[in-house]
Amino acid sequence: MNVLLDHLPQFREGFLGTLSITAASAALALVLGIVIAGFRVSPIPPLRAFGTAWVTLLRNTPLTLLFLIAFFVIPQIFFPGTSPFVLAMMALGCYTSSFVCEAVRSGINTVPLGQAEAARSLGMTFFQTLRLIVLPQATRSVIPPMSSIFIALTKNSAIAGAFSNTELFNVSKLLSDKGFAIGWIFLWIALCYLVITFAISGLFRLLENRLEVAR
Amino acid sequence: MSEVSVTKDAAPVATALVALSGVNKHFGALHVLQDIDLTISRGEVVVVIGPSGSGKSTLCRTVNRLETIDSGSITIDGKPLPQEGRELARLRADVGMVFQSFNLFAHKTVLENVMLGQIKVRKTDKKAAEEKARTLLDRVGVGAQADKYPAQLSGGQQQRVAIARALAMDPKVMLFDEPTSALDPEMINEVLEVMQQLARDGMTMVVVTHEMGFARSAANRVVFMADGRIVEEAEPEQFFNNPRSDRAKDFLSKILHH
Repeated sequence: MNVLLDHLPQFREGFLGTLSITAASAALALVLGIVIAGFRVSPIPPLRAFGTAWVTLLRNTPLTLLFLIAFFVIPQIFFPGTSPFVLAMMALGCYTSSFVCEAVRSGINTVPLGQAEAARSLGMTFFQTLRLIVLPQATRSVIPPMSSIFIALTKNSAIAGAFSNTELFNVSKLLSDKGFAIGWIFLWIALCYLVITFAISGLFRLLENRLEVAR
Repeated sequence: MSEVSVTKDAAPVATALVALSGVNKHFGALHVLQDIDLTISRGEVVVVIGPSGSGKSTLCRTVNRLETIDSGSITIDGKPLPQEGRELARLRADVGMVFQSFNLFAHKTVLENVMLGQIKVRKTDKKAAEEKARTLLDRVGVGAQADKYPAQLSGGQQQRVAIARALAMDPKVMLFDEPTSALDPEMINEVLEVMQQLARDGMTMVVVTHEMGFARSAANRVVFMADGRIVEEAEPEQFFNNPRSDRAKDFLSKILHH
């Protein structure tokens, strides 16, 4: 029990670490995922091929392997001196973007084809049609799977702790290495994760109710 | 091919707004458009009729390239239809389209539906776009519904909004793809009246429909299609009273006797 009160600053730092790495990766995954989904439904074959390759490659690679590449290949070859936070964000964000892309694409498929046809026959370009007509209507059906994806991302962020990022998993490891009772540490860590994941599911439920589109 | 010879040079080239020549299209094994030649002059109202599956909707949709064609050529105002891209988008803005299922943007109000194309495609400023949208909505008789969402309107009202949305782009030609087929009977007339008015105002129109009354009263020319071919082209009076092809006689005998 005392392990929490005695190490409150560490727990707080770990909590904030998990929160910030999750938020940053989620933002990256969201932007990348929507762009790649746009590629995958575009009429331009090279863009479609790129989108398919992106999803196939990232979705089927173990996340740990992506972390190894991000930490040991990318700094060596491209950007030496990149901070562990940015590298972890890139690994998590790119990995999660492949799942976001597929969720967005399934949402796009729920919008009746006539909506896009009407937009195109008004003279809108493909990207205008996607941005102004299709994506806004796809949003609502994308929200439930998106909530699961971001909860999974929260838990996946623990891997960043093994790569010199301060976050919850990292804190639990440091404290158990010091010989504190592992049961209590795990309990507090689990509660911290629950706070984040419940917040995500609550937020998405709110969004879902707000975005109802009448047909 | 066509059982009735049509004098191709009847319409002078200078006034031909839409011209299809030798158009072919397949859906898999189905040869849905077979050597279609059709010229629509400026200000002309052409009504396309025929049995289901005869290719008339497909014909209508090829004109703004919502359907691609396998061979032949389509020109609008002398310009051949370009490949998918910005240029095609520009050309589509000049071709108004009204769908069977209305296809109003479900997440936008009626007013926004009519303003959107003007603002995003024509780059009109917001105030002018709104003014024009309201004028058009009044013209089709749904001005009072401007701030509602499409789902709150009846089918007839939605289709009239769809017509206003297309008109807001100042199209050179309007395509109607079975505009009344999804409507309850009592709402058909309110849509047809708007279309009659448009025809009287001199809009160039291609109308795919099953409304023979409209064809009789508003069309300059009736095009009868069956099995992917244009079987007969004639003035409505002549077509309905004295069809020349057996296929048209058969079709008319089935629909005019209840």
